[in-house]
Amino acid sequence: MLIPEVSVSPPPLKQTPLYALHLGRGGKMVPFAGYDMPVQFGPGVLREHLHTRTSAGLFDVSHMGQIALRPKSGRIEDAARALERLVPQDILALPAGRQRYAQFTNEAGGILDDLMVANLSDHLFVVVNAACKADDEALLSGHLSDLCAIEPLGDRTLIALQGPKAESVLAKYDAEISAMKFMDAGARRLAGLDCFVSRSGYTGEDGFEISVPAQAAEEFAKELLADEAVLPVGLGARDSLRLEAGLCLYGHDLDPSTTPVEGALEWSVQKSRRKGGARPGGFPGADQILKQFEHGAPRRRVGLKPDGRAPVREGALLFADATSLQVIGKVTSGGFAPSLNAPVAMGYLPSSHAAPDTVVFAEVRGQRLALRVTPTPFVPNTYKR
Amino acid sequence: MTTLYTADHEWLRIEGDVATIGVTDYAQSQLGDVVFVELPKVGRTLKKTEAVAVVESVKAASDVYAPISGEVLEINDDLAAEPALVNSDAAGRAWFFKVKIADESELEGLMDEAAYRKHIA
Repeated sequence: MLIPEVSVSPPPLKQTPLYALHLGRGGKMVPFAGYDMPVQFGPGVLREHLHTRTSAGLFDVSHMGQIALRPKSGRIEDAARALERLVPQDILALPAGRQRYAQFTNEAGGILDDLMVANLSDHLFVVVNAACKADDEALLSGHLSDLCAIEPLGDRTLIALQGPKAESVLAKYDAEISAMKFMDAGARRLAGLDCFVSRSGYTGEDGFEISVPAQAAEEFAKELLADEAVLPVGLGARDSLRLEAGLCLYGHDLDPSTTPVEGALEWSVQKSRRKGGARPGGFPGADQILKQFEHGAPRRRVGLKPDGRAPVREGALLFADATSLQVIGKVTSGGFAPSLNAPVAMGYLPSSHAAPDTVVFAEVRGQRLALRVTPTPFVPNTYKR
Repeated sequence: MTTLYTADHEWLRIEGDVATIGVTDYAQSQLGDVVFVELPKVGRTLKKTEAVAVVESVKAASDVYAPISGEVLEINDDLAAEPALVNSDAAGRAWFFKVKIADESELEGLMDEAAYRKHIA
C-alpha cells in the first residue's frame, strides 16, 4: 500500500511560537497554509477528537491572522461602518464585548474569506484564515485606510482551548471567565499576561480562543497543558471536530464562487443589511446576494450522511440516482466522525435536491454510494448561550 | 511457512500455494486510526500491482495493491466490523485476504523480514 505523503519540501515553512512545544509533545508536523503545523500528537486523531468532546483540547491556531482595526477618529462606530463596506454583516450593532462571524465578499457575491470580528470597545479585533491573511490585509488596507489604522498583530499567538472542561481550566486564572457567554469577547489578564479572550472556537464545543503575547505563549500553553484535563490536539482532529459541528472550512466548503446564501450562511447576515433593513446592501456583491435572499440560490451547501461505513471524501461527485451520468453536485468536506462512529460529509447540491432526507449518490472508486441530506450540526453543539 | 514483504508495506504469508496478505505494522503506524477497510470480492482474479483494497484513516484513504496475481479465496470479514484491528494487530488478526498463487515466480522479487526492516529503517 502507499503511505500518504506527510511532508513536502518547497518553500520554507513558517513556525508558530509554539513550534518547539509541538515537537516536544511528539507532534507529527505537516505543511499547512505555509506553516509547519502538528496534524496529530501521540494519541492520534481519534483520541484527540474524543478527548476534546469529553474534556479539553488545546489547539495552536496562531497561523491564523489577527488584525486590529483602530478608528482614526477614536470612535468605534467609524471602524464598524468602514468594515461594513466589505462584509454583509451588521458590525455597527455589534456591542462592545461581543464577537460575530462574518465573510469578506467579492463583486459577484462570492466569499473571499470568512472571519471573526470582535468589538473590543476602542478597536475591532479580526481573526482571518491563515491562507488568506495577506490578501485580507491588502483588502482592508485598500478599503478602510481612510477611517482605520490596519494593524496586523504579528506579535500575538492564538490558542484555542475547547471542550467541556475548558471553562474550569481557564477559570483558575480568572474566575470571571465563567460569566462569559458564547461569543463574548474582551481584554483579560490571565497569568499576568494581557490577553484577548473570546468564548468561541471551531469545534462545536464550549471553549475559548485566547490571544496572548507571542513571547509568553509557549510558557502559557505549557501551563494550560499541565492540567490533566488538557491534551494538545492537532489539525487532524480540528478538521473532524469542525466537520461534525457542520462548520465550513474556507477553501473547501466556501470559496470565491460560493455566496453566503449558497453556503447556507443566511443566519450570519443580519436583517439590517438585507432588503428592507436599516442599511441594506453596501457590501461587495450585494445585488447578487440580496437577490438570492429573495429568490433563493440555484445550489446549496448541505450535510450528507453516507449510508454505509465508507467515508466519502472531498471531491467526490454527486448524482441524483445510482446510474445517472449527470453530475449534480460535489462533496466539499468528507471524512469520519469519531463521535458518531460513522462517516459524514458536506457538499453542494441543486436546491431541488437539498431538502433533508433527499437521497443522492456519490461516486467512490467506481461505485455509487447512497448519502442522505442531513441537517447540520451532525453532533449537537454545546455553546454556553 | 514464509513471510515476505513488498516495498509498499504489504506482508504475504506463504502456505503451499496460498498467500495470506495484509499490511505491515509500520504501515498502520503511519496511517493512524483506521476507520474503514474495503476488500476485494471472493473469486476475483487479481493482477499484480492493481489496486485491490482500500484502508481509510480519519484523514485519508490509501490504496492497497495486489502484491502478486491470483484468485481471491477468502477475505477477512472481521475488518468490516472492526477496522481498528489493523492498528492493534496488523500482522495477525487484521489479515486482509487470501490469494491462490498464480505464478510462483512473482514471489522472487519480494523481501524477507531482514530486507524489509532495512527498507523502513
